[in-house]
Amino acid sequence: MRATPIAIVAALLLTLGACNASGPGHKTETLVVTGSSTVAPLVSDIARRFEGENPGVRIDVQTGGSSRGLSDVRRGLASIGMVSRSPKDGEDDLQWTAIAKDGLALIVHADNPVEALSADQVEAIYRGRVEDWGLVGGQPAPITVVNKAEGRSTLEVFLSHFGLGSRDVRSSVVIGDNQQGLKTVAGNPDAIGYVSIGAAELEAELGTPVKLLRLGDAVPSTDAVRSGSYPIARTLHLVSGESPSGLATTFLDYCRSPDVADLIEGQYFVPLAG
Amino acid sequence: MNGANLYASGFGRTRGDVLLSGAVYAAVAAVVGLSGWLLYDLLSHGLGPLSMTFLTAEVEASGRAGGIAPILLSTLLILTVCLLSAVPLGLASAIWLSEYADLSRGLGRAVHHSLDVLAGVPSIVFGLFGNAFFCVYLGLGFSILSGGLTLACMVLPIFIREAEEGLRAVPQSYRLSAAALGFSQTRTLFSILLPAALPGILVGLVLGVGRALAETAALIFTSGYVTRTPESLLDSGRSLSIHIYDLSMNVPGGEANAYASALVLVALLVVINTTASWASARFGLVRRAI
Amino acid sequence: MFPSRGDRLLLPGLRTAALLTGGVVVLLLAFLIVEAWPGLRAVGLTRFFTDPSWHPAGEEGTFNLAPMLVGTLAAAAGALAFSSPLALGSALFCHYFAGQAQATLYRRLIEVLAGVPSVVYGFWGLVVLVPLIRRLEPPGASLFAGILVLTIMILPTLMLSADAAFAAIPEDYFKAAAALGLSRPAVIAHVVLPASRGGLATGLMLSTGRAVGETMAVLMVCGNVVQTPDSLFDPIRTLTANIALEMAYALGDHRAALFVSGLVLMGLVIALVLAAATVVREPA
Repeated sequence: MRATPIAIVAALLLTLGACNASGPGHKTETLVVTGSSTVAPLVSDIARRFEGENPGVRIDVQTGGSSRGLSDVRRGLASIGMVSRSPKDGEDDLQWTAIAKDGLALIVHADNPVEALSADQVEAIYRGRVEDWGLVGGQPAPITVVNKAEGRSTLEVFLSHFGLGSRDVRSSVVIGDNQQGLKTVAGNPDAIGYVSIGAAELEAELGTPVKLLRLGDAVPSTDAVRSGSYPIARTLHLVSGESPSGLATTFLDYCRSPDVADLIEGQYFVPLAG
Repeated sequence: MNGANLYASGFGRTRGDVLLSGAVYAAVAAVVGLSGWLLYDLLSHGLGPLSMTFLTAEVEASGRAGGIAPILLSTLLILTVCLLSAVPLGLASAIWLSEYADLSRGLGRAVHHSLDVLAGVPSIVFGLFGNAFFCVYLGLGFSILSGGLTLACMVLPIFIREAEEGLRAVPQSYRLSAAALGFSQTRTLFSILLPAALPGILVGLVLGVGRALAETAALIFTSGYVTRTPESLLDSGRSLSIHIYDLSMNVPGGEANAYASALVLVALLVVINTTASWASARFGLVRRAI
Repeated sequence: MFPSRGDRLLLPGLRTAALLTGGVVVLLLAFLIVEAWPGLRAVGLTRFFTDPSWHPAGEEGTFNLAPMLVGTLAAAAGALAFSSPLALGSALFCHYFAGQAQATLYRRLIEVLAGVPSVVYGFWGLVVLVPLIRRLEPPGASLFAGILVLTIMILPTLMLSADAAFAAIPEDYFKAAAALGLSRPAVIAHVVLPASRGGLATGLMLSTGRAVGETMAVLMVCGNVVQTPDSLFDPIRTLTANIALEMAYALGDHRAALFVSGLVLMGLVIALVLAAATVVREPA
């Protein structure tokens, strides 16, 4: 019983060492990519295809948030970081590579008769000045305002578009990821929220009772984001250190190439033009 | 059990007993109702996409398509690492705490309390800690080993407290009889105390396995997110619970496969628990015959 | 006695194991303090309880954790209040009401509940419970939803601990009680419950830990608005949800402040443990 754990760990490590040593002779090169949970599924898919085309290469994609991507690259724990927003001041120590765009749509429950809101109305609702659907053309009912948690990039994009500060928002529910927002709105006919356009389009297609609102005249759709006619969008980025390795550079180039456009669309994001 | 069964057969019916029965059956009905509701929800959504190919195929399109074979393998490996480190260490600690330590002061008290504190640490903190300690400081990287060891830290307090309680419930007379027979301490422990404490130890194991299989936040930062079939314990591998989390929270259109994966996880748990209690019943019987 | 060679190795070995397990908490605390330190130094501990609000990002961050502390406590206390009678009833059922087969089946059900991932509970809560609660009182995502989900989540720990404690009661007690002609309620009140106090306390302790430390499910159903709740139907944010919601995007002081959340949570658990130790006399 004595020192069993240490012995076990040691034994495991030894076995592993043995396994690795006796494994296939060719050397594999591994690239670690960490960061944003929004971007991770996309980069995982890209990595799979890249591995298929480049034998002997392994791309390990890890998730944990944009801030993790930034700090892991800075500390040298990862070669590439995934960040779901654009660079801020003081972040130009890293190389930023844009890979895709993601629009933000305002969503309500499918039973809500409201079809469109003006930017002023949205601002008034999120400031808590308008608290009833009756005032913006709907059935009278108190509005449930769904907002994103502090620091999230969709929150920042949303707030800056409507000229709001994070303290100005009067929210009734605060959420994390897109799917939680969709489920919250789908379960509450009086709720309003904002999520990724691609995700909202897909869920609406699959029969989830949510509806994308027009913002003034702008129709939220991935096509509109592609053509630039829909105003609220963010850019998804990969970041790397000053001088990325050969493999990292190749992978970054691959992520920007037209070869992966179908994968980007497969995740309901918008490939960058070109 | 016989004494207890006396009451199960309706001995001593009084008005108090009718009231008590009412309360007990109401509680049971509430629990069965709630869990039935939850499990029905799981079954009705999860059975659709479930098939043999789902269990044996690779993950495709972030999990929206394909199956979960590599994820099942990673999950089992993580669980194995977790149990191989947590059970011996936990059992030894539990024995020390219940048989040798003075819990009212000094080291015994400190260890006892620290385990209670450990039980209340949120899983995400375990995840961040595991990442800093196992992945970075010990250099194990994002790996099944890091994940399993992090989970072991998490499962330890649960397992130890239950095992400890099981040991403590062994009547003092057993120990005295063993001593009178001239058994060594080691022999007393292995032939008498541990078999007698088996129900408690088993509960600890069941709760520990449940916790380990269900854990998400502690694994995202340690065993990682990679869906490739792991080749060694130093490879990163995604667990079922993380897969479920990612599919339901992060991948649009992933809900159907999230439910199916959850169903697989629950089935896995039933299999493990049934095996454990079957094995312990056999083990227990053999011991009792001695 | 005649200690064998195995015996001489036994005690040091066991003590080493116990020290190792006790050491995990020390390591964890040290890690939390190191990560939280920049925040504690820049902001100061008192501001985490006296600031006007929780807006940690940006230039003029404010860092009040007090409402989340209240939220955490309220959710955990509510869950324990709901779950304890259910768990006690369930354990009594398995031992003194049900037949062997029924009891085994019921235990298996509870064991399954123990292994359902938090996300699944959270998902179910979000899709099923929250809309139902919204009919009573909008917005639905609320302290009450959190309490209900936590109630089911801690039930297995409470129930299985009580179950194991009942199983450990010596047979003689029942024979003696039967000989005295005690009724079933009297046996349960005067024999079963007192004899299993230690096991019940363990279950209570472990499940309090679970309720306080639970993250994902709570995050999905509680609404996560940072405020001190006035009613069961107000949305709340727990300390754990706070970490999970914001850690992904937090940098600098914000990140350190989230580690302070973790530290405050540990402080809360330590306080609970010490309080419990003085209330329930430690089994010797």
